[in-house]
Amino acid sequence: MTGLNVLLRKELREQWRTLRLPIVTIIFFVIGLISPVLAKYTPEIIEHAGGNIQITVPVPQMKDAIDQFIKNLGQVGPFAAILLAMGTVAREREHGTAAFVLSKPATRVAFLGAKFVALVVTLSVGVLAAGIAAYTYTAILFDPPPIAGFIACCLLLLIGIAVFVALTLLASTAIGSTLPAAGVGLGAYILMAIISAVPRLGQFTPLGLGDPAHALALGDAPPHLWTSLLASLVWIAVALIVTWLSFRNQEFGP
Amino acid sequence: MGDAIVCQGLVKRYGEVTALDHLDLAVPQGSVFGFLGPNGAGKTTAIRLLTGLARPSDGQAEVAGYDVSGDSIALRRRISYLDQQPHFYDWMRGSELLEFAGQLFGIHGAALRTRVAEVLALTGIADAAERKVGGYSGGMRQRLGLAQALINQPDVLFLDEPVSSLDPAGRHDLLTIIDGLRSTITVFMSSHILADIERVCDRVAIINRGRLVVEASVEELQARYALPIVVVQVEQADPALLEALLGRIRAQPWASGVALDRDELRVGIHDRVDAGSELLRLLAESGVPVVRYEHVRPNLEDIFLRLVAGEETV
Repeated sequence: MTGLNVLLRKELREQWRTLRLPIVTIIFFVIGLISPVLAKYTPEIIEHAGGNIQITVPVPQMKDAIDQFIKNLGQVGPFAAILLAMGTVAREREHGTAAFVLSKPATRVAFLGAKFVALVVTLSVGVLAAGIAAYTYTAILFDPPPIAGFIACCLLLLIGIAVFVALTLLASTAIGSTLPAAGVGLGAYILMAIISAVPRLGQFTPLGLGDPAHALALGDAPPHLWTSLLASLVWIAVALIVTWLSFRNQEFGP
Repeated sequence: MGDAIVCQGLVKRYGEVTALDHLDLAVPQGSVFGFLGPNGAGKTTAIRLLTGLARPSDGQAEVAGYDVSGDSIALRRRISYLDQQPHFYDWMRGSELLEFAGQLFGIHGAALRTRVAEVLALTGIADAAERKVGGYSGGMRQRLGLAQALINQPDVLFLDEPVSSLDPAGRHDLLTIIDGLRSTITVFMSSHILADIERVCDRVAIINRGRLVVEASVEELQARYALPIVVVQVEQADPALLEALLGRIRAQPWASGVALDRDELRVGIHDRVDAGSELLRLLAESGVPVVRYEHVRPNLEDIFLRLVAGEETV
């Protein structure tokens, strides 16, 4: 892994200086902020929107805020992951900076590893910001969720998002072009969403982490926690191994 | 001194296309070696193979004593590479990019700061060191490229068309720097600008369509391949008369070729004795006004064109 430290520092600096890290953090923070607000006031909005028609909406509870938070982050998170990862290798190949780095004493594993870790760090900061905002507003508008369970919930959501980082990184490396890589990442998300609706099969997708995350945040016993967690980690590991296999023999030049 | 670069039967194929065809080459340590060829001849492919950015389809090569096909970190510690159109991270400052490159070579702390200052001064971009690379001009990028390539004090420096995108002043400055590297490191420099190669290189290899045509010192090439050349400068010549004159010269058995560059005719000669009187007679009969008639020593460009483009040109 020669060069990993240097490359990781460079990747993290790049995330900050190109404003990806601040933008992701702000977007995720807003997502965390509005989730409990939406859970609290959506029923009231619906009641008022009904006019003369009587609509009875259950009184919102803390679990609705959690539900809203997981749903929102479960959608925005993978999209952010795809947007961040789609050009990470492809862009460097297209612009020639990959050849600049790889003609120096840095291994290809370090090159890829630094990119994956930096993207996960960026998204971790985003999830942390979202978690803090969601927890605070949920506590203000409803009751405070159990803190340990809520942290575990956020970690599971982050792992689910990291699967899409790994899959899009694979596409970016194997295809070598930014937009097709985004297409593959998006296709993978849609496929996962379809599979996640299939009973018993859904728990093997990263979106299957939503159920145990929800239960943990409420302090309940999580269903299929280890199955979904292990499945997501396997998705990540397989995607990264295939990425490396694809990248290790790639040539840079005309 | 031994050889810094040794290629034996080096081949690179891209599908059906053979970009490099059994290249045999030996580059002496400490020399400035010119790698000449027309566009698409295989110069960049050869450099990519020698720097480990591409893998040979066949044959082998060693650079600084390391096999280039092994994806060797040890090899990459001892070499450096400057692309013909260097691409860097635009968001970095110049000094930051050099520090990043130095850190990849394992240089840190005070040693790194000292080395960055040295290469900035050497390449003349110290004033722009704190500016973002994205705002650099083409010439400054090329200087930065050379600075980052020198950061590790390499044994072998690969330069792919290092001055082709520079203005005359930039070319002069960069070639002076390259000239100053002689005997301290080995420079392997590709180019299609023959005057630049002639100016700084000790030895030259010419490749065409992936194959090595010749490899020798510039003096050896001039001695071996140089046919006498007569330069005739004409003034305000009627194009029809000029065309007729060119045709008549081409038809002569003593002429190896003739080329017209603006108002200058370069006539290659097989037989100096016959040509001496015949060429003057043809010029006099042609009605083309002549302002200069001179026997010249062929330059590298003449030799290159003769070897690469065929006998028709001089």
